[in-house]
Amino acid sequence: MSASARPTHDAATEPYQPVFAGKVLEELQSLLGRYPTKQGALLPALWLVQRQRGWISDRDMTEVAAVLGLTPAYVKGVVTFYTMYHQHPVGQNFVQVCTTSPCNICGAEDVVRALLQATGAKELGATSPDGRWTVIEVECLGACGFATPVLINDDFIESVSPEKVPDLVKRYR
Amino acid sequence: MGYPHKPHAKETKVLSKYFGDPEARTYKGWVKRGGYEAWRQAQTLAPAAITDLVKESGLRGRGGAGFPTGLKWSFMPKDKKKPHYLCVNADESEPGTFKDREIMRWTPHALLEGTAIAMRAIQAEVAYVYIRGEFTEPYAIMAQALAEATAAGAFGDLKIHLHRGAGAYICGEETALMNSIEGKRGNPRIKPPFPAAFGVFGMPTTINNVETLAAVPPILTNGPAWYKKMSLSNPKSTGTKLFSVCGHVQKPGNYELTMGFPLKDLLFELCGGMRPGRTLKACIPGGSSVPILDRAETEACLLDYEGAVERGTMLGSGGVIVFDDSADMVYQIMRLARFYAHESCAQCTQCREGTAWTTKILERILAGQGKATDLDLLLDLSENMTGKTICVLSDSCAAPVVSGIKKFRGEFEDYIAGKRKPVLVA
Ligand SMILES: Cc1cc2nc3c(=O)[nH]c(=O)nc-3n(C[C@H](O)[C@H](O)[C@H](O)COP(=O)(O)O)c2cc1C
Ligand code: SF4
Ligand code: FES
Repeated sequence: MSASARPTHDAATEPYQPVFAGKVLEELQSLLGRYPTKQGALLPALWLVQRQRGWISDRDMTEVAAVLGLTPAYVKGVVTFYTMYHQHPVGQNFVQVCTTSPCNICGAEDVVRALLQATGAKELGATSPDGRWTVIEVECLGACGFATPVLINDDFIESVSPEKVPDLVKRYR
Repeated sequence: MGYPHKPHAKETKVLSKYFGDPEARTYKGWVKRGGYEAWRQAQTLAPAAITDLVKESGLRGRGGAGFPTGLKWSFMPKDKKKPHYLCVNADESEPGTFKDREIMRWTPHALLEGTAIAMRAIQAEVAYVYIRGEFTEPYAIMAQALAEATAAGAFGDLKIHLHRGAGAYICGEETALMNSIEGKRGNPRIKPPFPAAFGVFGMPTTINNVETLAAVPPILTNGPAWYKKMSLSNPKSTGTKLFSVCGHVQKPGNYELTMGFPLKDLLFELCGGMRPGRTLKACIPGGSSVPILDRAETEACLLDYEGAVERGTMLGSGGVIVFDDSADMVYQIMRLARFYAHESCAQCTQCREGTAWTTKILERILAGQGKATDLDLLLDLSENMTGKTICVLSDSCAAPVVSGIKKFRGEFEDYIAGKRKPVLVA
């Protein structure tokens, strides 16, 4: 798996291009068959949006609401509950580092510092000036025996130490 | 992808027998290793007969609560009037726990086979496997395994669907998980009604952990007596369990042990003990939601449900977090409190406010601005957070705080008295 393309749209200047068209619409339709209600397909539908867009805008939420017979406010309420859905554009490479206790005592905070430095992202949650990197701290990634795990986009990388960070970052240049 | 550690002679490999063997991931490879034989047997049995076998084996839920699995299945309505569902809990987000991930990435068919058997036992036609959103690799492996097994016609009319979570620890709580599958915010529901009466989409539902279900096929093929015999201490704890060991040990990883195995031997023999020059300070044996043990308690603890309770803690998910003498217990307990504050769904006042305040007070202490009354305040808060909320996330935040203050009080007092350099800025 590699970094997905992250097209964004500017709501002010471009007409809205629906997410659910062509192949993606077919994917949604096959998802609908898995749940007894349309609403059941909401989480997977939001994943499709994020895969296509890189993040989920208010306009996208309105489209999802229309497709699933929900209200935009309802969809927003769900999106805001789940931390993995981005409500803003993020860097081309989105980096999540676990810093919960088990990784923390194995040096996770040093890994975070090394990542901020190597990517130029400077600050947690901020995107690097070149738009390529966003680094955030997250809670337990369920791989505590492989401290410190780091999720870069969809790539789950185990046992990252500060020394390994520069090479790791180079792989995504 | 990390490979599992080399098997240790003191392990009992049932669930982890094929960890590290990529061929076991394929449908053909699994069948070659005797896979899907249990499912074939199950199809010749009546649902109640399957449930009885599981009851007899003594298998208890591996997701944290240790509820007897066969008994749980028997709560489902016998005369089927509505659709029945099975939910498979693969949300694994409890700090210290990383066993379900290993089952899914190495032996996905063990989980699928256990799922099919459970579906037959509870007469469900649809199952949802709820996999946490961050588990990209286990998801891909499960999807591949499911596609292969389905193409081979392994499950007949049964429908098994993968459902990807999106970052919320609370969705591991059973009713929150059901809401999440329904396309809702992952708020836990008030019980009763219990899932067997009113579960996902309002229909009778059973929910089981990944490890629980993966244990079912070997119980069928080897018989419940075989499973029940694997018990080193208390006969109410049977079979094997994966213990995920992390933190300050030389060889972290998943170790499969017969119930009742001494915690001390796990840490010092199988995991190679502490790093050179370091000594054991504390251990959380069941995932971050259970009370912390000090060194003496750790060395005396037997790893089964009753053995853990005897030492004042719980077996929980079997996530073993180890702290050596270099660990700052105040800082680490703050990190755990911060975890719960971050993950609280905020429905209950005691939990929403309690987890936030607990974190704030601990941060204040670590910034050198703690007050002499802060420890009592923390204990008061914790008491208000225990046994009073919709789910036990609130209690889980209190567990490390209360046990931590009790067992490492001196470390807290040193920060408050200014004898220790602040590690946070106010
Ligand atoms: C806050 C909270 C989080 C939980 N997270 C998980 C989890 O990630 N995985 C899991 O299997 N059980 C988790 N549980 C326990 C489930 O609610 C449920 O008891 C379990 O999945 C039942 O399966 P079992 O009987 O096979 O153990 C959690 C419980 C609570 C209160
Ligand atoms: S205890 Fe906390 S997490 Fe559980 S339902 Fe209440 S607010 Fe939500
Ligand atoms: S604490 Fe870091 S992965 Fe669990």
